[in-house]
Amino acid sequence: MSIGLFNYWIVIFLMMSGLYVVISRGNLVKKIVGLNIFQVSVFMLYISMGKVRGGTAPIVGEGTEIYTHPLPSVLILTAIVVGVTTTALGLALIIRIQEAYGTIEEDEIHAQDDAA
Amino acid sequence: MIEIIDMALLLFMVGMVVVIIRMQSLFAVVMLTGIFSLLSAGLFTVMDAVDVAFTEAAVGAGISTVLMLATLSLTTKQEKASGPEPVLPMLVVLVTGGLLVYGTLHMPSFGDPDAPIHQHPLAEEYIEKSPEKVGVPNMVTSVLASYRGYDTLGETTVVFTGAVGVLLLLGGRTRRRDGAEEDQP
Amino acid sequence: MRHHSIPRITSKLLIPYILVFALYVQFHGDFGPGGGFQAGVIFGAAIILFAIIFGLKEAKRVVPPRIAEIGTALGVLLYAGVGVASMLLGGQFLDYSVLAHDPVHGQHLGILLVELGVGITVTCVMITIFFQFAGREKAPE
Repeated sequence: MSIGLFNYWIVIFLMMSGLYVVISRGNLVKKIVGLNIFQVSVFMLYISMGKVRGGTAPIVGEGTEIYTHPLPSVLILTAIVVGVTTTALGLALIIRIQEAYGTIEEDEIHAQDDAA
Repeated sequence: MIEIIDMALLLFMVGMVVVIIRMQSLFAVVMLTGIFSLLSAGLFTVMDAVDVAFTEAAVGAGISTVLMLATLSLTTKQEKASGPEPVLPMLVVLVTGGLLVYGTLHMPSFGDPDAPIHQHPLAEEYIEKSPEKVGVPNMVTSVLASYRGYDTLGETTVVFTGAVGVLLLLGGRTRRRDGAEEDQP
Repeated sequence: MRHHSIPRITSKLLIPYILVFALYVQFHGDFGPGGGFQAGVIFGAAIILFAIIFGLKEAKRVVPPRIAEIGTALGVLLYAGVGVASMLLGGQFLDYSVLAHDPVHGQHLGILLVELGVGITVTCVMITIFFQFAGREKAPE
């Protein structure tokens, strides 16, 4: 039984949900959570392109002939680490915003900026 | 068999994301994000990307969750109740999703050995020639550290820059035992 | 958290094994899944667990923040230093084949040193970021 393209469609649904959380919610921590969901689903899209049916992990061993392509793994490894750095910096900014404005809801921050 | 595990993990993740969108208690949202990262690590293992699964489980379900909980302890724990779902973001998301699905219609199906990515000569170079040229059984490490070593230097610099950024942003006010605050120069 | 005895005793038993596992992952990255990033994150997670259970002050005695900050730069310096060393030995930047008498041994040595640099940087970055987040005092309302 072959999945065909269902894998990609569910991953696209996850990607769009992450994007929806980023653009529609006003709370800054929830925006970072949505960004993380978006990033993870992009990684899943890339990794599923490299898989070979009947292959194994790209580590040379005895008895295996077919290997999954190693290149998407390498690219996504870098992307994961960059993603966690972005998350850490975003959360540090949120802490400073809370101390400066007293709130982390986006509309309240804009209201304070417009009133000032 | 692998397809069943694959679809089960993906459906769990879909359910979790739907709950994350609706929930207002930020503590529960952060915990669910940790579980989401762990499920994605399981999915990466099923797709044979074991290095990526290792990193995602350690980083996503470990470090990200801890940092978000630390942020929640310094800010609020509840999201402000929002009104009805806004229409414009939903429309943007549906249109973008539709375009992406249209773009995947010509992709090779999942796991196809005749996909273009496997016909490129680079695949042969990495899989067949790298164990002799570099001598390291793990192809991902040999590509990461030897063939694409320059990119990995850039990534290490990005991690270092992140630490410098956090030190600049949060290095000022530290907690003292007697409750008085002190500003580091 | 000292008065919760189950987490305290369990983490006292587990933290040494987590540290040894991180060393294993670092140096066996050539033969199985693993490598510098994974090892660095696991090492950092062990120190973070120690800080959560036994308190930030104790953790700052185990890993002084100055040492962690110096360590972040040291790893990047080691990585770039391997590149410059291979330039000084006649090859191009980050060309590991010239580092030893034999190209394959040179690659092994180069990959070992480079992954060590990455591991040191990622460990110290995780520890530094956590110490900054956890040491910040909550702003007065």
